[in-house]
Amino acid sequence: MNTSLTPVSLPAPAPLLSRTGWAAFLLALMVVCAVAPVLNLLVPEGSLFHLSDYGVGLLGRIMCYAICALAMDLIWGYTGILSLGHGLFFALGGYAMGMYLMRQIGLDGNYKSALPDFMVFLDWKTLPWHWTFSDSFVATLFLIIAVPGLVAFVFGYFAFRSRIKGVYFSIITQAMTFAAMLLFFRNETGFGGNNGFTDFKRILNIPIATPNMRMTLFVMTGVTLLGFFLLARWLINSKFGRVLQAVRDAETRVMFSGYNPLGYKLTIWTISAMMCGVAGALYVPQVGIINPSEMSPANSIEIAIWAAVGGRATLIGPILGAFIVSGAKSWLTVAYPEFWLYFLGALFIGVTLFLPDGVVGLVKKLKGGAK
Amino acid sequence: MFKRLFLIATLLISTSVYSISVEEVKAITLGETDARIAALGKAMQTADDKTATFLQALSDDAVKIAGDKVFVVKDDKAFDAVTGTELALPDDAEDVINNNRMRGEIDSALAALKLFSKDDTVRAAAVKQLQSDADETKLPLIEKALVTEQNPGIQEQLGMVRAAALLNSTDKAKRLEAAKLLATSGQANTKTMLLARLAQEPDREVKAALGAALRQVESALAWGDKLGALFSGISLGSILLLVALGLAITYGLMGVINMAHGELMMIGAYATYVVQGLFQKYLPGAFDWYLLAAVPVAFMASALMGAALERSVIRFLYGRPLETLLATWGISLMLMQLVRSLFGAQNVGVENPSWMSGGVQVLGNLSLPFNRLVIIGFALFVLVAVSWLISKTRLGLFVRGVTQNRPIASCMGVNTARIDTYAFALGSGIAGLAGCALSQVGNVGPDLGQGYIVDAFMVVVLGGVGQLAGTVYAALGLGILNKFLEGLTGAVLAKIAVLVFIIIFIQKRPQGIFAMKGRSAEA
Repeated sequence: MNTSLTPVSLPAPAPLLSRTGWAAFLLALMVVCAVAPVLNLLVPEGSLFHLSDYGVGLLGRIMCYAICALAMDLIWGYTGILSLGHGLFFALGGYAMGMYLMRQIGLDGNYKSALPDFMVFLDWKTLPWHWTFSDSFVATLFLIIAVPGLVAFVFGYFAFRSRIKGVYFSIITQAMTFAAMLLFFRNETGFGGNNGFTDFKRILNIPIATPNMRMTLFVMTGVTLLGFFLLARWLINSKFGRVLQAVRDAETRVMFSGYNPLGYKLTIWTISAMMCGVAGALYVPQVGIINPSEMSPANSIEIAIWAAVGGRATLIGPILGAFIVSGAKSWLTVAYPEFWLYFLGALFIGVTLFLPDGVVGLVKKLKGGAK
Repeated sequence: MFKRLFLIATLLISTSVYSISVEEVKAITLGETDARIAALGKAMQTADDKTATFLQALSDDAVKIAGDKVFVVKDDKAFDAVTGTELALPDDAEDVINNNRMRGEIDSALAALKLFSKDDTVRAAAVKQLQSDADETKLPLIEKALVTEQNPGIQEQLGMVRAAALLNSTDKAKRLEAAKLLATSGQANTKTMLLARLAQEPDREVKAALGAALRQVESALAWGDKLGALFSGISLGSILLLVALGLAITYGLMGVINMAHGELMMIGAYATYVVQGLFQKYLPGAFDWYLLAAVPVAFMASALMGAALERSVIRFLYGRPLETLLATWGISLMLMQLVRSLFGAQNVGVENPSWMSGGVQVLGNLSLPFNRLVIIGFALFVLVAVSWLISKTRLGLFVRGVTQNRPIASCMGVNTARIDTYAFALGSGIAGLAGCALSQVGNVGPDLGQGYIVDAFMVVVLGGVGQLAGTVYAALGLGILNKFLEGLTGAVLAKIAVLVFIIIFIQKRPQGIFAMKGRSAEA
């Protein structure tokens, strides 16, 4: 009997992006880094091509949302785990950044004190322990990633170890966010209570409200989004990513094949949470406020709807979804404030009923039909 | 009472001589506040009806002064405050101004004087008012009143007021006596009183006596506190049970993650509000009974909405729980906006019928409000009705059959699609009943459902999917746990602790209190 192993030829790993993919990617990079700044800063205000400050702020915000949607896609679209707790990771990153920005106010607050205004208001004399590193930008950059990552890791370890999955996991994550929101609403936890942090003055000692600073944050957000997109693409094309998709499709079979899904799920869950934390940190200086309402269950569900509208398990879809839904939101809440919730509700229902693969799936279907 | 005092006053003014002296009147009306208060206290030692009349006039801003004369102005006529003879009011007469502190002193002095009213309720009210600001100056009056007091209830209260007045005496012996007296009181405000005194007590002996009294009061209060926490725990538990029962059917039996459950509750609450409005308009005489009519209306409103949702959306999503979650969340957003468009974004007012207001006083610091008792009874009634429906009726049999094995049930001739609609409508109708109950204890507004949805899912998850008994244990357990923790840590931290507890519990028993057994467990 021939006992030698028959060589199995594996298909060559898919390229990170196709040729058109790279072209589109470079185009997006150019739009973010060159076109938008030029249109905002150099084109005169009256011109048709001028990008208003409001427009920059809006696009910057939506790109932060898109990062969340991308993170959601990794965990929900590719691993089949619907998280209703991503709003928490977003807010944790935002709070880490917010603490630094509060310290940057320095003596310019309403009370002319080195302590943040709300602490003076509460008659606190010293900074609480968890504010220790908040005056260092480097430590803040570390915390933005580490805090959401740690919370996700600990929570995920216990949840995945006891094999909580499906709807249970979703509901438990929702409870986690809800509990955190209640906690952050408290004054004595040292996060500014229900007012949160606001009134930021500068970042790295540079005033925050200047056009150049705004543009810098915008470009950073755009580059981060594109960077995360490449990272996500690389992750899901790797062997690791294929195991994730196998877990999504048939977890029991993956286990029978000798894999332990715990490590895979925990890794992607933690990475996804960290991405959300970065998004939150980029979001806060752009909108100038962070408060506990960012952790409300509704916010986390909205992240899921971005991913669902764009199309799950497509990477580009969730980014599109964030742009479509948030764009519609900013238009509708101004033009027809009554109408917005009807629209959002109908979107939730319509997408689940008629567009299970989202906008990207629809486009694919239309293309297929045309051929 | 004021009127009567005034009647007496006008009579006295024209006939008799005041017992309150010229010096006293002047001291009370003129000068610095501190001196005036001292004078008032002194006058109270020998106070009678005339003092009361004068103080009442002072409190009504009817006292004027001109030079060294004090006048009481009544019906555009001026009387000498001491002799009561009618005088011409000089043009340069000025009003006596009472600041808030003086006003408070006058009010409590008047309350002390009211201790001699013939009306029981007036005396009881006076005793209650004095409880919070008893001091030594009113002691003679209180003691005098104590001798003549006939009503045993008021007498007991008055005794406590006396002790409270003694407590702030400058005499050490009196303070010791007060500590002894107060120790037997089983009231919550005694505790605050003792604590306040203890904080400023200089004498060591008195301090020890106060401490002993405090411990005695606390141990007397402890039982009431414990029972109170238990009762509010059961009350919260019964609300959670009502909220979660409907969910136990739609989620537990049918596997539908209905995030719009809270909004179905909201519909029930608004249905109650509408019924209340109809009763106010067309049947004001029977207003007390509107709630009885609202119960079936709330059930039907939510059940019909549920049936419509099942037919139009949910039926296409069976077996895809995560998608139902998103779609029903969308439904909930639309329902909330619909209610905002129809009724406005503000909360609407739903009143308790008169037979639901008030409560039974069980212990000194424990009273059970009727509306809470009614809701506990109502939750029990709904629970019994639902378990009867599920276990004893043909519909229940079909629902169980379809849940356990849809194809076989279908083969036996059960119209499974219709059963799905009925079951979902039933769950929704129970949500409506919960909303009707909630309208009696909380605010009714578009956000009503959002506040309960996380709790409701927690109860169902903790209880174990598909287990009515588990839902009952989980609801009551969480309610009681929550209220006992609230006593220790405050409401918000208690809620967080409960959520953390649930998360940890699910680690140990992922299937809830009662795990489903057999093949369906892995599904």
